[in-house]
Amino acid sequence: MGELAAERHVKYILSVEKKKDSFESVVMEHLRLNGAYWGLTTLDILGKLDTVDSDEVISWVMQCQHESGGFAGNIGHDPHILYTLSAVQVLALFNKLNILDFDKVSNYITGLQNEDGSFSGDMWGEVDTRFSYIAICCLSILHRLDMINVEKAVNYIVSCKNLDGGFGCTPGGESHAGQIFCCVGALAITGSLHHIDKDRLGWWLCERQVKSGGLNGRPEKLPDVCYSWWVLSSLIIIDRVHWINKEKLIKYILDCQDLENGGISDRPDDAVDVYHTYFGIAGLSLLEYPELKAIDPAFALPVDIVNRIFFNR
Amino acid sequence: MMESSDEEQVEEWVPLRLRPDWSDVTPVPQDDGPNPVVPIAYKQDFAETMDYFRAIYRADERSPRALLLTKDAIRLNPGNYTVWHFRRVVLEALNVDLHQELIFVGTIAKANSKNYQIWHHRRWVAEKLGTDVRIKELEFTRKILSLDAKNYHAWSHRQWVLQALGGWEDELSYCQQLLEEDIFNNSAWNQRYFVITRSPDLGGLKAMRESEVRYTVEAILVRPENESPWRYLRGLYKGDTQSWVNDPQVSSACLKVLSMKANHVFALSTLVDLLSHGFEPSQEFRDVVDALRTPHSDPLDSNLAKAVCSVLENADSMRTNYWKWRKSKLP
Repeated sequence: MGELAAERHVKYILSVEKKKDSFESVVMEHLRLNGAYWGLTTLDILGKLDTVDSDEVISWVMQCQHESGGFAGNIGHDPHILYTLSAVQVLALFNKLNILDFDKVSNYITGLQNEDGSFSGDMWGEVDTRFSYIAICCLSILHRLDMINVEKAVNYIVSCKNLDGGFGCTPGGESHAGQIFCCVGALAITGSLHHIDKDRLGWWLCERQVKSGGLNGRPEKLPDVCYSWWVLSSLIIIDRVHWINKEKLIKYILDCQDLENGGISDRPDDAVDVYHTYFGIAGLSLLEYPELKAIDPAFALPVDIVNRIFFNR
Repeated sequence: MMESSDEEQVEEWVPLRLRPDWSDVTPVPQDDGPNPVVPIAYKQDFAETMDYFRAIYRADERSPRALLLTKDAIRLNPGNYTVWHFRRVVLEALNVDLHQELIFVGTIAKANSKNYQIWHHRRWVAEKLGTDVRIKELEFTRKILSLDAKNYHAWSHRQWVLQALGGWEDELSYCQQLLEEDIFNNSAWNQRYFVITRSPDLGGLKAMRESEVRYTVEAILVRPENESPWRYLRGLYKGDTQSWVNDPQVSSACLKVLSMKANHVFALSTLVDLLSHGFEPSQEFRDVVDALRTPHSDPLDSNLAKAVCSVLENADSMRTNYWKWRKSKLP
């Protein structure tokens, strides 16, 4: 089996920040805060967060904050719950949550809860269980979970549960590993895992492993490194990760590395990007690959940072 | 409403700085902060369009030319949610005919059918237009699903249309059609469950159970390795495990598959589930399981469910650990 080309991945992530004339960076402009979260968390898992100038990052993150309290994907864009979580997570990585006005950010998120318990992504009202997770994760990090109606939020998520034990984006929506992570993560954070049929969901999740060892997100779809995160984290939260073949999954992720220039792709021999590099390395961390910091499956932050937030140590 | 304008003409690009109707606007370059974390080198047309967009966005200019500019900016990068937001603000201010907007969204969606912003915008427009566009929306999602029958966004939109605007009449036959095209399409199975449990015309799960069980068993017998109909079959007995255990159609489907030379994993796993819920197996079941045993399998005499699990440990080697766990939990 190959090995993790950790140094090359660090180089790759640092190089993405400086890349000129790349079309990807142009179309990524509006979601740069997500990109920063993926890249910086990867560096932290690899133990290399100190290669980044934290003051520079933090000052840029704070400039993305809107007067409503929410964060935009970049300076001059509109606020959205997606980037608000990334901002909070990035500040947590640098132990700088204290510069945030917790009430202001929490008010923004609280204002997005709907009557049925669901959450909108922003003032335009798109509803999705992704936003339920983000709201719950973010408020929990800010110690403000009591500002929303948690019971209604949980009931909405449970209403998105399907016959296969999985969850979709809205009630009746097809089970999808990404949505399952969001729903399972939110239920874990709110102490509501009893709503999950763990054996049924666990079996569906481990059915996602295909011959190559990789995981797909829905039946009969191609495997993709990003599901190493969505499926694995869910399996860990419901305590069923021993059901899959870990060795084969590790091999699959390692096969998706660009050994020359660093970075990880969705499938072997495809082009690499920061998103898949993060999910690959976070997945390996969940699989207890050597010399990687452990990552928390529900908060998607390194465990030492989660401990700092909740246990002040 | 002319659908033919779907394919809009590609006009030659004239830089905004050379257009007389834009001469009064000073473009605003992207502010990446003092020391950009991720400096971005923009392509030129893109950069110029975005510079002018920032200017009108900052000035909150809700004008026809602003509407045109957002169109260009969206064509260049349909993922930019701020542009979509501002476009909605302008559409509302100008009181534009939103039927035209559906056509525009349609052309953008065809090339970017997995983009959240586009679908959200489309829903916003359709919601404003109401039941008049029900058929159009069902047709539109049908078109997208004909290119990718598992497009998650298209399915979400379609479910929203059915619930908000109606149009359930042909939905079951649409599911049927998609499953005829690809019986492995889990999205179509999911939609089928959505229809039989939520359509106001069909009377609900219990009323539909008998005909659905027949349909599902047939699908299982055609491709026993297809996980979707097995799960669907179980879903048909939601909240009524006893009927599921006692319905001879379920156990006989397992038996038939086990007697075929086919992939047995789902038939065997269903059998384990049935047994652990009190199903009393006939001698026929013991015989077919006996025939599948390998020298490593557990002996049959003690517990049929355990024997089945040990067959599965070999037959489904990727999930050996799962089957070992299942076996360890059996009485």
